[in-house]
Amino acid sequence: MSEEKTHIVPYKTQVAVVAVLLVLTAVTVAVTRLEFGTLNTLVAMLIAGIKAVIVMAWYMHLKYEKALLPMLVTGVIIVFLLVLFVTFFDYSYR
Amino acid sequence: MLEHRDDQGAKLGMWLFLFTELLLFGMLFVVYAVYRSMHPEAFRIAGEELDVVIGTINTVILLISSMTVAMSITAIQKGDKKRALQLLGITLLIAIVFLVNKYFEWGAKFEYGFYPGAGELAELGYGTILFFGLYFFMTGLHALHILIGIGLFIYVIAQVRKDRIHQEDYIWLENTGLYWHLVDLIWIFLFPLFYLIH
Repeated sequence: MSEEKTHIVPYKTQVAVVAVLLVLTAVTVAVTRLEFGTLNTLVAMLIAGIKAVIVMAWYMHLKYEKALLPMLVTGVIIVFLLVLFVTFFDYSYR
Repeated sequence: MLEHRDDQGAKLGMWLFLFTELLLFGMLFVVYAVYRSMHPEAFRIAGEELDVVIGTINTVILLISSMTVAMSITAIQKGDKKRALQLLGITLLIAIVFLVNKYFEWGAKFEYGFYPGAGELAELGYGTILFFGLYFFMTGLHALHILIGIGLFIYVIAQVRKDRIHQEDYIWLENTGLYWHLVDLIWIFLFPLFYLIH
């Protein structure tokens, strides 16, 4: 159980993170009110992806964890994207 | 008396569980993506039935609750029990408000006769039925996760009050926090896909 002193995330950082997340939410809502067609989905998903990375890095502490954890998370995300890709590939050729 | 604890192990175990959750919801998103590509117009029109205002409010409060639970961990690490309890209390309150909002939202759908797979909904086109089926199932599964989170927070708050979770031992709080951030992450994707994409 002996460990180096754990890193404590300051309150200020956590508040700054939510500010960024709320701004990105506002941007998503605003952008999707305009009509860009299929670009809407892309932009919304891109922003959602950025929000997800921010939540994982700071709130879920991945930025401060040992390398194994972020690598595993990345691995799982890659697996998911592969499944998405292969499924679409399958459907487009039916 | 020395008890053996493995906080790193506990955290890794929690992350492994979160991976199963990511894939669970991830696969539902794959289903959504494929059906959407097959019925783009129906999905687009059906999406307009959803209330963007309630959806946005729920998104905002859930993001704030992620902040409050993260801050509660900082508070415990600093030995500030009072602040930790306040922050956990706010988190719990937000979780309950989220479910109350969901109750009103679904209630409105039931008023039109839209029940999962039945009622007025069954008379409409296949694409619309698929959209709402996915909507009820995915937001319902997410709401179930919020309910479980509420249970966890009630437990954690009790433990903090009894000093069973404290500055030297707070892995239960950390892991509950991780679970809660996952619930938030899922909503971060659910919200634009159901409410915003037109």
